[in-house]
Amino acid sequence: MAKMTLEELRKLREEQKESLSRRSTENKDIQIIVGMGTCGIAAGAKETLNAFIEELEEQDLKTVRVTQTGCMGLCYVEPTVEVVMPDMPDVIYGNVDPEIARKIIRKHILNKTMVNDHVFDRPAADIVEEGGDQ
Amino acid sequence: MAAFTNFILVCGGTGCEAAKADQIFKNLIHECEHQGVKDKVQVVKTGCFGFCEQGPIVKVLPEEAFYVQVTPEDAKEIVSEHIVKGREVSRLLYDKSESKKRAQIDEMDFYQKQFRVVLRNCGVIDPEQINEYLARDGYVGLEKALFDMKPDDIIEELKTSGLRGRGGAGFPTWMKWNFTKKVEDDQKYVVCNADEGDPGAYMDRSTLEGDPHSILEAMTIAGYTVGANYGYIYIRAEYPLAIRRLKIAMDQAREYGVLGDNILGSGFNFDIEIRLGAGAFVCGEETALLRSIEGERGMPTPRPPFPATKGVFDQPTVINNVETWANVPIIVMKGGEWFSKIGSEDSKGTKVFALTGKIRNSGLVEVPMGTTLREIVFDIGGGIPDGKEFKAVQTGGPSGGVITKDYLDTPIDYVHLQELGSIMGSGGMIVMDEDDCMVDVSKFYLGFTVDESCGKCAPCRVGGRTLYNILDRITQGEGEMEDLDKIKSIGHAMQKASLCGLGQTAPNPILSTMHYFEDEYKAHIKDKRCPSGHCKNLISYHILADKCIGCGLCARKCPVNAINGEIRQLHSIDQDICIKCGECYNVCKFDAVYVR
Repeated sequence: MAKMTLEELRKLREEQKESLSRRSTENKDIQIIVGMGTCGIAAGAKETLNAFIEELEEQDLKTVRVTQTGCMGLCYVEPTVEVVMPDMPDVIYGNVDPEIARKIIRKHILNKTMVNDHVFDRPAADIVEEGGDQ
Repeated sequence: MAAFTNFILVCGGTGCEAAKADQIFKNLIHECEHQGVKDKVQVVKTGCFGFCEQGPIVKVLPEEAFYVQVTPEDAKEIVSEHIVKGREVSRLLYDKSESKKRAQIDEMDFYQKQFRVVLRNCGVIDPEQINEYLARDGYVGLEKALFDMKPDDIIEELKTSGLRGRGGAGFPTWMKWNFTKKVEDDQKYVVCNADEGDPGAYMDRSTLEGDPHSILEAMTIAGYTVGANYGYIYIRAEYPLAIRRLKIAMDQAREYGVLGDNILGSGFNFDIEIRLGAGAFVCGEETALLRSIEGERGMPTPRPPFPATKGVFDQPTVINNVETWANVPIIVMKGGEWFSKIGSEDSKGTKVFALTGKIRNSGLVEVPMGTTLREIVFDIGGGIPDGKEFKAVQTGGPSGGVITKDYLDTPIDYVHLQELGSIMGSGGMIVMDEDDCMVDVSKFYLGFTVDESCGKCAPCRVGGRTLYNILDRITQGEGEMEDLDKIKSIGHAMQKASLCGLGQTAPNPILSTMHYFEDEYKAHIKDKRCPSGHCKNLISYHILADKCIGCGLCARKCPVNAINGEIRQLHSIDQDICIKCGECYNVCKFDAVYVR
C-alpha cells in the first residue's frame, strides 16, 4: 500500500472497525486469539497455537481464524486464549495446554459448551470500546 | 442441540473453593435441573477471578451480573430470579458504591478494580497488524495533533492531564516537553527509554510486545510538539520479541505514511531508529542512556545540563519511558481533562505494576493511582498462597523500599509512597511473606546495585560495596550493633553524594527495611538468629523426639546423608554434615523437623 493521506487513513480505520467489531452477530467468523507475549510463549503458547491449528484441520473447520495478541496481564494462568464466536459470550481461557486447546474446539466451538475450570475473566473494562471519542 | 442462553460462572479458585464454592456449583446445577432450565443454562466452574476478598463469586452471562459473597443457599434464588424471571438478585450484586473513584469516568459500572489505559490494547489486538491498531482508534491522536492542534495546544492538554513520568522520578511530562520545545535549535530528538532493568519488572516489555504502535504514535506526536524529526527507541537486546514487533510496526507505519516523510500529507517528517542496549542497569538512567545511544560507554553525566536542553549528541532531547509514552496518544485523543479524572489528587492516570513474588495471581496489573496496596495484593492479586502471612511489598525495585502490613491501606501514588520511604519506581511490585528475611532481601537488592554500578563515582562504587560487606557479615552471624549506625551513615552519604539515581537510591532498600524491621536486624546481630529461618548460617534443623515415627523418609531424601537412625526409631541430624537445604523439613509428613 502506498502512503496514505488523512482521508484514506480515516476511511481505512472505519473499514477496519467494522471488520473487527467482534460482537457483531452478522460476522460469522470464529476467532481464537492466543496470548503470545513473552510470558505466554514461555508458558507454552506456541504448542497451544499448533494444537489449535492441527485440531482445526482434523475437524475440517474452515471458518475459524487463529490470531495472536500480547499479554493480557493474567501471567499466572498463561497460556491464555480468547474465543470469540456468534451465540456465545466472549470467553477467556487460562492454562490452555494442547489438550485443553483441543477440548476448546470440540466443546466450546463445536458444541457451544464452555470448558470447565479454565474460564477466566477479562481483567478490566475496555476504555476504547466503551469510552468512545469525545 | 439447543444452544445455551445463559452461563453461570462459579469461581473455582482456592479462595472461593475454601468458602464452599463447590457446594454452590453443585446446588446451582441441582436448581437448574429442578427448575427445568438445565437445557438453557450451563453452570461452569472457572479459574480464579482475582476478587478473592469478596468470594465466593458467581457471574452470570451474558448479562455480566457479578454476584459476590454467595452462599450455597443463594443458588436457588439466583436460578429462580435471575434465570427464570430475568431479574438480577440485587442483594448479592457487588456494591458499586465502593468503586466510585473509577465509576466517575463516564459513569461506567465496574466491579473490576483495574482500569486499563496503558494496556488498553494489550491482549486485545494483534500487535503485528497495524489495521487492528487502527480499528482501536489508533493514530487518531496523531491525526488530531497534526491537523487540529498547535504544539502549544498539545502541551496544554498534557498539562491539564497531569501526566507525570512513569519511569520512576515522576517529573511532569508537559514540563519536559515544554523545555525542549522552547529551546531554539535546528536539530532536536525524541527518545523512548525502554531499558527496563528492575528485577521482576516487565511492564514495558509487555506494552511494547502487545501494543508497539502506541509508542510510535506517541513519539511522533512529541516530535511534532517540540520540533524534532528523529527519534530513538533504546531497548535492551534481551527483549527480542519486543524488538521484532517494534520493527514490524515501524515498517507498517512507514508503509501507511504515519511515520517517515510528509506524514499523512501534513508536511511533517519524523522517523525512528531502534538502538539496542547490552542490558546494563545504569543505562536506564537517562544521561547514561543518551551516552549509550551516542556509542559511548553508558555512564551518567552530571545534571544540569538536563537532556531537555542538551541531550543526545548534545541536542535538545525529550526522553520518556515506555509507559509514559503509551499514555500520550489517548490523552491527545480524549483530552487532558478525561485523563485527569482518573487517579488521585497529585497523581493522575493509572499505573501498571508487575505483581510478582508470594502472590496467587501474579501478572500485570493496571490500576488508577490512589488504589490501595490492599486492593492490589488481596483483591486483584488474590492474596498470599499457602495460607502464609503477608509481610511486606517491595516497590521501586532496587531503588525503592518496603511497605508493611500496617500501611496496606495507603493509597499508592507518588506522594504517599515517598512518605513511606519508598518510591513508585517503574512499577515492580514484589510481595513477600513470613518466610522472607528482610536482611537477606536487602542484601539481594544491594548485590544487584553493586554489580550494576558503573564505577564512575566513589560514593556508589565504594559505598555500595562496603554496605554489602556489612550486610553479608550480618547474615553470617558476625554482625555488631555498631553496624546499624554505620549502615545509616554510609547510606545517607550515598544518597547525597552519588552522581546519578542508581547510587542515590541504592541504599533505599536497606534503610527502609531497617526502619520497618529493626527487630529483625537486631535478632541477626544480637541473638545470632534469623527469625524467618532464611539465613543458612544462623539456622539449624532438628528432629522432634515426640513427633518422629522413624519412617526414614528424611534420611532417604537427605542429599548429604546427614540423617541417621534405625527404621521406626527416632532419627537425628548430624549438624557437622548438614548443608541446611531444608529438604527434610519439606518432606516430613509428621511436622517432626523444625528450624531453630
